[in-house]
This record gives sequence, structure tokens and C-alpha cells, in this order.
Amino acid sequence: MKKLAILALGALALGVASAQSNVIKIASVSPLSGPQSALGTAIAQGAQMAIEDAQARFQQLGFQLQFAPQDDQATPDVGVAVARRIVNDPDLLAIVGHLNSGVAIAASEIYKDTNLAMVSPANTNPRVTDRGYLNVNRICGRDDVQGPVGAEYAVRVLRKQRLFVIHDKTPYGQGLAEAFAARARELGAQVVALVGTEEASNFQPLILQMRAQRPDLVYYGGIYDKGGVLVKQMRERGITATFMGGDGLDASDLVKIAGSAAKGVLFTTTAGPISTLPKAAEFARRYKAKFGKDPEAYAVYAYDAANVALAGIEAAIKANNGRKPTREQVARAIREVKLDGLTGRIEFDSKGDRKLSDYYVVGMKEAKYPGEVLRVIQFAPPAARQ
Amino acid sequence: MTVADLLAILPQTILEGLLLGFVYAMVALGYTMVYGVLGLINFAHSEVFMIGAVIGLEVFRFWGNPEAPVIPNPFLLLLVALVFAAVGSGTMAVLVERFAYRPLRKRGSKNILVPMITAIGVSFLLQDLTRIYAALRHNEFNMQYRTYDALNTTLLLPFETTIQVKGILIIVVSLLMLFALTYLVNRTKLGKAIRAVSQDMQTASLMGINPDVIISRTFLVGGSLGGVAGVLFGLLYTNVTPYSGVLPGLKAFTSAVLGGIGNIPGATVGGLILGQLETLSGTYLPFLTNGNFGTEYKDVFAFLTLVLLLLFRPQGIFGQNVSEKV
Repeated sequence: MKKLAILALGALALGVASAQSNVIKIASVSPLSGPQSALGTAIAQGAQMAIEDAQARFQQLGFQLQFAPQDDQATPDVGVAVARRIVNDPDLLAIVGHLNSGVAIAASEIYKDTNLAMVSPANTNPRVTDRGYLNVNRICGRDDVQGPVGAEYAVRVLRKQRLFVIHDKTPYGQGLAEAFAARARELGAQVVALVGTEEASNFQPLILQMRAQRPDLVYYGGIYDKGGVLVKQMRERGITATFMGGDGLDASDLVKIAGSAAKGVLFTTTAGPISTLPKAAEFARRYKAKFGKDPEAYAVYAYDAANVALAGIEAAIKANNGRKPTREQVARAIREVKLDGLTGRIEFDSKGDRKLSDYYVVGMKEAKYPGEVLRVIQFAPPAARQ
Repeated sequence: MTVADLLAILPQTILEGLLLGFVYAMVALGYTMVYGVLGLINFAHSEVFMIGAVIGLEVFRFWGNPEAPVIPNPFLLLLVALVFAAVGSGTMAVLVERFAYRPLRKRGSKNILVPMITAIGVSFLLQDLTRIYAALRHNEFNMQYRTYDALNTTLLLPFETTIQVKGILIIVVSLLMLFALTYLVNRTKLGKAIRAVSQDMQTASLMGINPDVIISRTFLVGGSLGGVAGVLFGLLYTNVTPYSGVLPGLKAFTSAVLGGIGNIPGATVGGLILGQLETLSGTYLPFLTNGNFGTEYKDVFAFLTLVLLLLFRPQGIFGQNVSEKV
């Protein structure tokens, strides 16, 4: 019986393949190797779970749903090369990714040529959606809100007055740090330094500047792989200022790198810890059973992002009378998706930002991930600027 | 920021620059010695340095687990790490020479570019082999040195300057290695043979010196220094990745050129100068330029100074004009 079914399926597949492929692919693009792979792998695995959940549903619609994880190595040139390669696959209808805004901005220029829809779980740089592309959406918040949220907390709640702001010179890190610094100045705090560095190991010059400037808070716009080293070296050299950053620090590897120096680190994030998302508990359990580890925050967001993409594709299939939709039809349908995800209500505004996003301030009471949510603030994205 | 504030951190800045400079100097020696005997710029040396850092890290991990230490004394542990890294990196350098450079030399390749491109290729190979190792062994990319209170204890020096015990150890180990090397090159038979081969390989071989053996030993010595420098680098900055060697390697190579490539005291002085230039410019640029040029310009500034220096002294500080090398 089973054999027969497989035979029949095979014949069906052959028959359809000759006319039009009934395969639909969704790709995740994120760093699967290199220093940021902890976050990138979480994105791929979150998306994988959503796609595997939906495979039976798509089977009923007559489509075979496939998942194609890609590695962008967290660098724009690799991201663009991957984008060029995958846009040529006609079965590919949506992208879940990327991790890094700098990579997403560059790669989405390629996706745009064929209106290949991208749903981002993690790209917070304003320019990702401010370009107004039909195919680009995100379900996380924005740096021009995340940075100010951090500044409000640092200045108003913690009453920090001398702020030393560092970024990693990527669009993500710099955008975040500058938004933080601007809001902090408006609130009356003094930004004693706003510096960028691509350094990965030797932060001594910055630490020497801290000795001279005596800041009471150091803000880092960047990713945990460098931020963790920075805070560790600061503590070793006796700098006791509070260390704060954005969602780039939101990874369990921060603790691995910084060790005991992770204690007391604060960060804002657009992806709340799993424990704050009541609906994510079941997901976390299944994730752990499948991959043998607890999901990082972005796994949940990638799961939601993939579900948004899937919902869009399903709507487009229905609108297209059950036939395979074009990429443009999918992109239009995704913009219209309304969905209750694990991270809350998902609806996009006209440029692809989520209508309401949560921003979390998280503190590491002990050197243990995840930290404790200190505050949750809900924010709408700023209106489109042209 | 007053001038007094800026001057207050000057001694500390110079001290940090000194630590960095010693690391550069030890790596630079590897470049300069190989260049001396072969006229080859061994770009794979930066990876030999990085592998030294990884070997040291593994020693700390295996035998220094705080819960059940095999070697409970951090100082002894460091010594073991240094020895293992020296032997491991030295062996690695010898292997690279044996399997990548010697076959080319034996085929009588006259083009200097061929071994240089090979060196770059070997460098990529070693990076990615380390990456595979780190991924399989630890499932990690960023590898962390363990930290020990005994090594991190901070001591107070005059002028509000602080130094950690590990900082003192870095200076002591570097000085010992530099003295040992000077002794080896100037006072031993091996050193004499190395100098002979570097002056004229053919004539040296007529005097009963086997150049292959001497070249191999040179790689061993240079590689060992690189391995020791790797452990010190890891100890100082704590984070090691498979690509950690690239930038320090490039800067150490620059130090070697600055001091006069092929010249052993020159490499040391070059490294110390570059360490100072980098740390001083990284620390003071934002203050001196009113924030217009931040710390990110430290390398630009350091290398600009080098360009200027080399414009006036193209052969480097200690270098002689040896046109027959080219």
C-alpha cells in the first residue's frame, strides 16, 4: 500500500514536473559559520521548524515544501553572492533572514529585482525598511527605537550621566549607537565619546580612554563576539562602569566569551527571552527535543518570520486558484498577512515594519543567559520618511 | 579633558604599548629570520602564531580546569603552555617548510613570487584547518583563555599605573626569549651556520653546512618564538579565533620591515615602536583631534608614520642596503 502511494506520488511528481514544478522552497540566509554562527544557526533552525510544521498543509494544496538554509558568513559580499545564486532558483518564493543589517541591506537589493519576498527576524537598522521596497519586511523592531529605549533606561532609570559610546562600524552597530547617543544627549546626559572600532581582540586604547574619561556607563553597538571581549577586558583593567548594548549582545555565547564579566551587563532587545512569551513554551520544548539545546531568542523570531512567509504564500496560492504564484504575488500577499505569532500580533505597515513591536530591557543578574527582563516597552515604528 | 587628565594616562598607555610591542617583536623575529636565510616572506607565520595561541589555550583547558586541575599552579600551567606552544608551533613551521617551500626550492624556482603565493595559500589552509578543529572539538569559533586570579592580580605602580601579574610575565618571558635568541644566533654553532646561510647559501654549503638542515632549524626557532608569542597574546587579550593571527601577523611583518628585514635586533625594535605607535595613536587621536579622528584611525596613523619613516630610510632602521638579495 505504502509502495503504491509512493509510486503514485512519484508519477504525479513526474507529471507535474514536466509542466510546472510543484516544489516551493523557502530559504533562510544567516551566518552558519564564523564568529556569529550562534545567532545565525538559531535563525536557520527556527525557520526549519516552521517549515516542517507546514509541510503537511502544503502537501494538501498540492505542493512540496522544501527548506534551503544558506550561509552568509555575516559579511555583505558573501550575502550578495548567496543572493545572486539563490534568486535563480524559480521554486524559491521567500527568504527568512538575515542576521546582520549590513548584509540584509546589500542582499535585498538583489532580491528586489525579482520581488523575492524577505521576512527578517533580526534586522533592526532603519534603512532595511525605509527604502520602501515591496519585498522587504521585518518582524523585529528598529534601531532608531531600540537605541532611544536604551538611552531612556540608562539616563532616566539608572541616572547615568557620563556615557562612553562604542560601535563596530557596521550599519547595525553604528545606527544603534548613534540613535542611543542622540537620545541620551536630548535627555541631558553627556556623551563623552562616540567611537567606532573594527578591533576584535585589543581594546586597550579604548579602555585607556575610559580611564581618562571616567564614564559611568559604556554603551556598545555591535555583536556579542566583540562586545563580550570588550567587557571582559574592561573588567580585568578595573573599569567598573555599567556595560550596556543592543540586541547584538542577546546570545548565550556572550556569557561564554565574557565569563564572569557578563554579570551586570544590560541590553535592549527586540526579541524577548522565551520565558516572557507565554505561547513560546511549547515551541521551546519541541526545539530542545529536536536540536538538543534551548532556543536562542532569534529562533522564535525566525519561526514567526517563516510562518509569515508561509501564510503569505498560502494566501497567494489561493488567490491564484491553487496554482503556484509568482514572486510578486507572494510579496504582495506577505505584506497583507495578519497573524498571531509566538511573539504577538504581526501586521505590517506600508513599508514592511511591524505595526507594534515590543522592546525589552534585559539585565544579566548573574553571568547566566538569558537574563532577566527589567522592562517591556511597546512602540510603533516612526512614520515613513522619504 | 584637561592636559593633566591626558598626561595622567600616559604612563599606562606606554605600558600597554610595551606589552603589545613585545608580542609584535617576537612574531616579527620569525618573519625576519626566514627572510634572512631564504629571502622569502613567510606569510604562513601569522598562522603559526595563531596555532601557538590555540595550543596554549588547549593546555589551559585540559590541565587547568578550576574544578579538577591537573596542574593547580597557574604559573606552572603557563610554563607548560609556553613549552607546548613553542614545540607545536616550531614543528608546524618546520612541516610547512618541508612540504610547501622545500619542494619549490628543489625544483629551482627562481621566481620569488611562487613561494610567496604558496605561503599565502598555506596561510589560508592553516586558518581553515584550525576552524574545522575548533568547530569539531569545541563547537566554537571564539575560544576563550581561562582566567586565573593569580595571573590577573593587579599591582599598583608609580604614576597611578597598574599592571597585572600576567603583564609582568609577558615582559619577562619576552626578554628571556630575546636574550636566548641573541645568544643562539651570535654565540652558538647553529647561529653561526644560520648567519652563514643567510649571507651566501652556496658558499656555506661548500664549507660543510647542510643548508636544508639550517633552513629547517631556522623555521623551528622562528616558529617557536611565534608560538610563545601566541600564548602571550591569548593571555593578554583572552579571545582567540582561527583568524586571530592575520592582523597581528601583518603588523609584525611591518615591524620587521621597519626594523630592517633580515635584521634581528631591528625586528625587536620595530615591534616595540609599532606597539607604541598603535597604542598611543589609538588612545590619544580622539582627544587631539577633538573627536574627528577616533580610535578606528589608529592603524591608519601608525602605518602613515611607517610610510614616512620608510620614505627617509627605505632599508629600515637597522637594515643595510643589500641589493643582491633582490
